[in-house]
Order: sequence, then structure tokens, then C-alpha cells
Amino acid sequence: MTSIILRTATRYMFPPLLVFSIYLLLRGHHYPGGGFVGGLIAGSAFALYALSFDVASARKLLRFDPRAVTATGLAIALISGLPPLLSGKAFLTGTWWNVPIRPGVTIAIGTPVVFDIGVYLVVLGVLLSFVFLLAEEE
Amino acid sequence: MILLPVLPIILPLAGAILCMFFRKNLIAQKVFAVIFSSLMLTVAIGLLMSVRGGEIAVMNVGNWPAPFGITLVVDMLSAIMLVLGGLMAVAVSVYACFDLDQGRTRFGFFPLLLIMMMGVNGAFVAGDLFNLYVWFEVLLTASFILLALGGEAAQLEGSIKYVALNLLSSALFLAGVGILYGMAGTLNMAQLAVVVQEGGHGGLVTMVAVMFMLGFGIKAGMFPLFFWLPASYPTPPAAVSAIFSGLLTKVGVYALIRMFTLVFCNDIAFTHGLLLVAAGLTMLTGVLGAASQHEIRRILSFHIVSQIGYMIMGLGLFTTLALAGTIFYLIHHIIVKTNLFLVAGAIKRLTGSYDLNLLGGLYESRPGLAMLFMIPAMSLAGIPPLSGFFAKLALLIAGVQAEAWWIVATALAVSLLTLYSMTKIWAAAFWKAAPADALPCKEPADWRLFLMPMTVLAILTVCIGVFAGPVFSLAQDAAAQLMNPAGYIHAVLGGG
Repeated sequence: MTSIILRTATRYMFPPLLVFSIYLLLRGHHYPGGGFVGGLIAGSAFALYALSFDVASARKLLRFDPRAVTATGLAIALISGLPPLLSGKAFLTGTWWNVPIRPGVTIAIGTPVVFDIGVYLVVLGVLLSFVFLLAEEE
Repeated sequence: MILLPVLPIILPLAGAILCMFFRKNLIAQKVFAVIFSSLMLTVAIGLLMSVRGGEIAVMNVGNWPAPFGITLVVDMLSAIMLVLGGLMAVAVSVYACFDLDQGRTRFGFFPLLLIMMMGVNGAFVAGDLFNLYVWFEVLLTASFILLALGGEAAQLEGSIKYVALNLLSSALFLAGVGILYGMAGTLNMAQLAVVVQEGGHGGLVTMVAVMFMLGFGIKAGMFPLFFWLPASYPTPPAAVSAIFSGLLTKVGVYALIRMFTLVFCNDIAFTHGLLLVAAGLTMLTGVLGAASQHEIRRILSFHIVSQIGYMIMGLGLFTTLALAGTIFYLIHHIIVKTNLFLVAGAIKRLTGSYDLNLLGGLYESRPGLAMLFMIPAMSLAGIPPLSGFFAKLALLIAGVQAEAWWIVATALAVSLLTLYSMTKIWAAAFWKAAPADALPCKEPADWRLFLMPMTVLAILTVCIGVFAGPVFSLAQDAAAQLMNPAGYIHAVLGGG
């Protein structure tokens, strides 16, 4: 695929797609969205890049092997289930910490969003493993 | 103790993640696989100790109370299955360290094995029907890849049959789950049991029961839909077929036992009668199929089918003694069957063939290996004092007590035919003189170490036979717990 229109469009679309995927990931905390759909959008950004340029440059852009991304995601998801065990609650119980960032302002950071980040990475990694391998098959 | 029921799921997952990080380092993968399956076994033994007294360990994942959240439940049957699963995982991962080609190891045999164990363990602890379905899918997806790993033509042919039939079974299972949910409004097994006991759903419950019987029956390799099993199990390398034959069909049997003791016991005359008929036919077709085969692993695969018949027989008779017999049979069978497949793999490693026509004279040249085959084979046929004898004895006594003469007669006849098959392998591979065109025996350098897992399993088989009393009383306690579902329901739903 050597369409200059697609290449140029991809250059412009790639960053917003990634930002949008992070937005969906974080939005999933309270509204529709989440790690799964976020990961799919991020994956489609890389897939688009692989289609309009080539797989090798898409792999270079990702920096990490997709399988390593999958493994990292799984590890993060697994670890997110562990903190509640410290306080004697069941595995995967939602746990929040209030982190003060300025006097009077705190941010609640919880394990569900960590789990979602894990899901995001797993979806991204698995999707790209498939896409890259299938595209290289030709 | 809150952590204990979830550890059998977390540990293999953690092991698989570590293996994925060390994708290039095959030695690290082997070490992780052995360490994490040993940890799994340790945890399972701990769980069995803690539920031995009759209490049931319950954990609500994410602290969402039953029946709304996902509940993990470990009763004695689950704990026994977890211990057996851990034991097989250790044996097979040690075996695979020696006897698995580089290519398959590099393509992720060990992480897949651990993921499959996660699915198997998850199915054993699931207290929610949909969760059970998800674990089935996890273990099936991993097993699809394990079966096709390596991509030999025969493997792919077997995999297609395996995938097709198992997807059919999953579809039936899922449809059954949907109908049950529409009927009862819940999928928590304990609450389902309550709703079904209350009655008022007419023939719908029985119909769903038959759907589940078919769905799980396919996975267990029950008559009439068992033919995927002998077509696919003999095709992958020995390590894969050993863990498949030891555990996967038994997850189907476990699910049948769970559903048909806890939920579907409102029309016992029909459902359990049907199970009993299927059990008889399963035994018979399996053993007759084996009689016509000449390849070691094909014979063993057909025998899995026939042995599944014995386990279903205990469930079909539906008395405490019969269920205890089924559980004892599971304990005996998983160990023996995996061991037989591992020994078959060892024969292949030594001589390069599974074909009885090309083998011979192994008793003369390898008496140790011959003993390792002899013990599980004779146990499978039910020769005293090995474990299979007591398993069959319990089932036969239960059959006589229930006056189900025809199933007793079938079981006895099948037992005799099993002995015939085992002596066929024995006579051909070990006793007869090696044929003129036999392949030369090459003993690998690590041979003695390699035989370790098989030796341990053989010793266990003898021990179960010698200490049949304590093992049987364990099985009996588990069966008594199953026959009285009130305890399970109370443990999950609390005082209500």
C-alpha cells in the first residue's frame, strides 16, 4: 500500500487516536469506555500505521514486542488484585487511596483503573501480535 | 485463609506471565513451569487439609456477595481434583523438560500448559455456572493450541475434530446456561439448586439437564459423542497427550458430577437412569474400539473412553457408595492414565515408534521400563492389590446393592477386555522377541532422571492400592458431602 493520501492521513490521525484511546481508558472508570475499547483503539492506530507504511516500521514505532506488551498487561492486571489481600479482603476487591496533591485537594487512586490499564495493554498486545503476524505472512 | 481458594488460579497465571517475559530463555521457562506447578500442588494439598473436616471454603471475588458476584467454592471433591491436577502438572512439566523438542518449547508450550492449568483449576473451584463456562473456554483455547502446536499433518487433522466437537459442546452448554438463567434468574450454582428444588418448572428442568448432559458428555468423551477423543489424543507429543488424557475429560466428568448432584436431582429416575445407560454403552464401545487398535496411544485413548464409563456409572447409580467409587476411580484413573501415556512417550523416545508391530523385546533390554508400564497397566485392568481393583470393587458393590445387574455384568466384562488390551501391549512391546526390522534402542544420557515422574506416579498407584482404606474414606466423605447439597448451599448463601 503506497497511497500518499493514506500515509499523510495516518500521520495526522495516529496521535489523536492514541490520545483518544487513553481518554476512553480513563473515562471507563465511571462512564462507558474502559481498557478493552481503549486497547482496541490504540491497536487500530498501530494497525493503520502498519497498513499505510509497513509492518517493520510499525513494530519500531511500538518499541516493544507485542507479546511482551501482553505479558506486562497480564502482570499489571494480576497485581491490581493483590492490594485488598493486605487488608484481609477478597482478591480483586476495589481498593482506593486518597492521595493529596495540594493542600485541600486529593485524588482517589483505585485498583480498578490499574486493572483496566492491564486490560488495555493485553488487548493492545494480542491485537498487534495478530495483525503484525498476519501482515508479515504475505 | 481468604486467599486460599483463589491461589490455584493465580499461581499458574503468574507462572505463565513469567514464562512470557522469558520468551527466549527456555531454561528459565522450564524452571518456572516446574516451580509454579509444584506451588500449585502444595496449595492444593493445603486446601484439601483445610476442607478435610467437612467445612467448605468459599470466596467471593471482588467482595461482591453471592449470589450476585463470582463465587469460588472449594469442597472436598474440588480439593481432591485440585490435588490431582497439581500432581499431573508437576509430572508433565518435569517430563516435558526432557522430552519436548526445541521448536514446541520455543512456541510457548510451558506458558500454554500453565494457562490450561489455570482453566482446569478455575473449573474445579467455580461456584457459578457462567464462570464455569468461562473457565472451560480458557482451558479449551489453551488446549486447542497445545494440540496443534508443531503443525504436523496428523495433529491438524485431529485438532479439527477436537475443535469442532468441543465448540458444539460449548454451544450446547451456553444454550443450557441461557435457558437456566431465563428460568431461574440466577446462575449461582447454590441458588440454582434452591430454585430447582422448589420445583414448579415442569419438564423444562429435565430438558436443560439433558442439554448439560450432552454438553459435558462430549467434553468427557461419553457415548455417543466420544469419537473426537481417539482421533485427536494420539496425535500430539507424549507430554501433551498425557496431560490431556489425565485431566481434560475429567473436567467434563467433574462438571457432570457437580451439576447432577447439586442442581439436577429432581427427576433422578430419568436423568440418572439415562446417565447409567450411557455409562454402560461408553464402557463397551471404548473397550471394543481399543481391541481393534495396534498403536499404543490409540489403544490407551480408547481406554479413556471406556474408563469414563465407569466414572459415569457411579454417578448414574447415585448412592453415596457409588459416588465414593466414582471419586476413587477419578483419583486412580488420572494418575494411572497420565502415567501410561508418559511411559508410551518413553518407549517412543527409546525406540522411535508407538507401533506394536515394530516394537518388541523391551522386557529383556529394559526391565525397569517394563515394570513402570506393568504397574499402571495392571492397575487399569483392575488387578489386586493395585488402585484400580478397589475402584472397580466399590462401583461393583454399589451396583449390586442397587440391583442394577446389567451394568454390573457390563462392568465385569469390560474389565476383562481391558486386561486383554493391556496384555496385548505387554506381549507385543515387552515380551515378544524384537522383530528383525526393529528400530535400534538409543538410551539418552538423562534416562534415569527422565524416568523420575513415571516412577513417582507408579509408586503412588501402588500406595493408593496398599492404603486403599484411608483414600477410600476420603472419597466417601467427599461423596457424603455431595449427596447432601444443603451444606454446599448453606456455605455459599449463608444462613438463608
